[in-house]
Amino acid sequence: MSSPEQWTHPEPGEGPAARAAQPSPEQVIAGLRATTEGGAELTQLLTPEGERVASPQFDRYVADIDGEALRGLYRDMVLVRRADREANAMQRQGQLGIWVPLLGQEAAQIGSGRALRKQDMAFPSYREHGVAYARGIDFRELMGIFRCTDHGNWDFKAHGFHPYTIVIGNQVLNATGYAMGQKFEGKVGDEDGEATIVYFGDGATSQGDVHEGFVWSAVYDAPLVFFCQNNQWAISEPTERQSRLPLYQRARGYGFPGIRVDGNDVLACLAVTRWALDECRHGNGPVLIEAFTYRMDAHTTTDDPTRYRLSDELEAWKLKDPIERVRAYLARNGHADQPYFDRIQAEADQFAADLREFTFNMPEPPPERVFANVYAEPSAALDAQREEYLAYLSGFATAGER
Amino acid sequence: MAAPVKSRQDESVSAVQTLTIGKALNLGLRAAMEADDKVLILGEDVGKLGGVFRITDGLQKDFGEQRVLDTPLAESGIIGTAVGLAVRGFRPVCEIQFEGFIFPGFDQISSQLAKLHYRTQGRIKVPVVVRVPYGGGIGAVEHHSESPESLFAHIPGLKVVSCSNPADAYWMIQQAIASDDPVLFFEPKRLYHNGQLKSEVDTSTTPGPLFASRVLREGTDATLVAYGPSVKVCLDAAAAAQEEGRSLEVIDLRTLSPLDLGPVFESVRRTGRLISVSEASAESSISSEIAARVQQECFYSLEAPVLRVTGFDTPYPPSKLEEHFLPDLDRVLHAVDRSLGW
Repeated sequence: MSSPEQWTHPEPGEGPAARAAQPSPEQVIAGLRATTEGGAELTQLLTPEGERVASPQFDRYVADIDGEALRGLYRDMVLVRRADREANAMQRQGQLGIWVPLLGQEAAQIGSGRALRKQDMAFPSYREHGVAYARGIDFRELMGIFRCTDHGNWDFKAHGFHPYTIVIGNQVLNATGYAMGQKFEGKVGDEDGEATIVYFGDGATSQGDVHEGFVWSAVYDAPLVFFCQNNQWAISEPTERQSRLPLYQRARGYGFPGIRVDGNDVLACLAVTRWALDECRHGNGPVLIEAFTYRMDAHTTTDDPTRYRLSDELEAWKLKDPIERVRAYLARNGHADQPYFDRIQAEADQFAADLREFTFNMPEPPPERVFANVYAEPSAALDAQREEYLAYLSGFATAGER
Repeated sequence: MAAPVKSRQDESVSAVQTLTIGKALNLGLRAAMEADDKVLILGEDVGKLGGVFRITDGLQKDFGEQRVLDTPLAESGIIGTAVGLAVRGFRPVCEIQFEGFIFPGFDQISSQLAKLHYRTQGRIKVPVVVRVPYGGGIGAVEHHSESPESLFAHIPGLKVVSCSNPADAYWMIQQAIASDDPVLFFEPKRLYHNGQLKSEVDTSTTPGPLFASRVLREGTDATLVAYGPSVKVCLDAAAAAQEEGRSLEVIDLRTLSPLDLGPVFESVRRTGRLISVSEASAESSISSEIAARVQQECFYSLEAPVLRVTGFDTPYPPSKLEEHFLPDLDRVLHAVDRSLGW
């Protein structure tokens, strides 16, 4: 179990009154550090330079991650990043209505996603393309949402991956209910127990639904891992607009453990999430994980981050890239060489090319889809609206008939 | 499709009981919980207290704390977790204490409960029932007497119903729980414990369809259409009109979304006159929808414009003034006079 710092009253000069004054240069620098440094409490197993850090608490959760397994995590991240960049480019070319980039968050998503077991359920927000991939969902299945042909149509049960949720924080309560269900069904209590994980951002922590999810899951001992990807920015609003305290420390107020992990460290994210899921499957949930990471691209392709953040900040985070540190570790320890990296890059390029070809050829949904599945039970009124509209459409001449 | 609601013919106790709406709802919930162990009740104070109106009285004692959940005090939490429980395979029944408190849960209702089936092209079913005591006439403080049902009827993916008598209360709640679609179940709180409405409920019959309106009283001069608490007002008005030699037909809508207006059209084609009665404010209401549809379908049969007798387009007033706000027998009869005088 983690032991969050004892909360203390702010020192003189640190409270609200002090903050209201114009910031001094030192405070500006401190602010930048607050955005870019995870602090001493950050759990890290792999430094940005690719050096392994021993952790008495978490090493055992990644004892099975040998060179081959780490190469697998590296490959996952490279493929997901390459597909993300391809989708971003496709949006710029007018092929997608919008794209939600994950650039920079590959380690948080692959590390936590690979920690899940078959019996677990994940509730994503809308940026969790890496978790979807880790849950065995073909990346191409995500594209309907962004090409606007569907709202996300994967088999959520088979993959243990709920549909994307776009309203901020809604999924936290839905996940809480699902986890309560796992508990009610007696699927919690031993090594083979079930658990649920829910993803949300730092901005979502301001939503009432997230607070209520914390309350409910604590009251009902729900086997739920709250996985907050603190990527520092909720569109243009920094984390300081959401909280006075580091987010992980909020868990203490609800009575369950909270931990801050280096969200750019795939090994640490894997270890910490395995630990948290284990706590849940044994009946000791919930747990809050704050993955301290950084959104290196825009919020979505409609956003312009140059309006609200410093390029220095981005440069600082580039030095902590989640993929490069694994690459450095693999190379330094002889687990991979340049031909291997080239091979993975070629595979990623093909992965992206397949995604592009698939996306360009996605069929348009038929007009009757507008009316389908509004209700589980038949609706005579909607059937009538559909028939009337289809009859109206059939009145137009097709190109060949003109 | 969910299994149809079963009658209780095999029970040794008498199948016919004289019940209030409140007690009928209680027995209906009990029957649903007995029939399907995936049915859960969740809400504030629904356990030991039996709900602020005692509708869930005794259920936690008999079914346990894991099936009747006294929840923390937050409506979004109640409905949001019910959605997750439904995704898991449960059939949650949420109780909202008063309709005026449902709005913190509106986001979950409109964004998730109503849309998950559509979003996933039918992969996810969310058979959640949200029970909402609604309407005025109980002399309450603010937020305890409103009629927000039109707001929910406007949301595709939700079904909205309201009961007006003990037999419907008993059966409709079970049918709503058995439905694979999310149902907002509006309960006329001022009629819960109304002794005048006490009537025999035969728990061994097979209920009629849930999403269907019903002619409660036949008449020839004009048609009154209402739902929930206004149904009794209309029946009383029709009885009073009878003494003056006027024959009024009374239709209980029962289902607000989908609206079953077939019986209303049929009736208007015979009587030529329609008065729509509800406690909700008039603008953009269920009554507005009825007026629009009736003029579209029965244009050549109408002898007078469709009239609405409703709450006013004001917030619900302090309850010392509610007798002015709520449609009563006199306002209904006044509208009948106007219609017939056209």
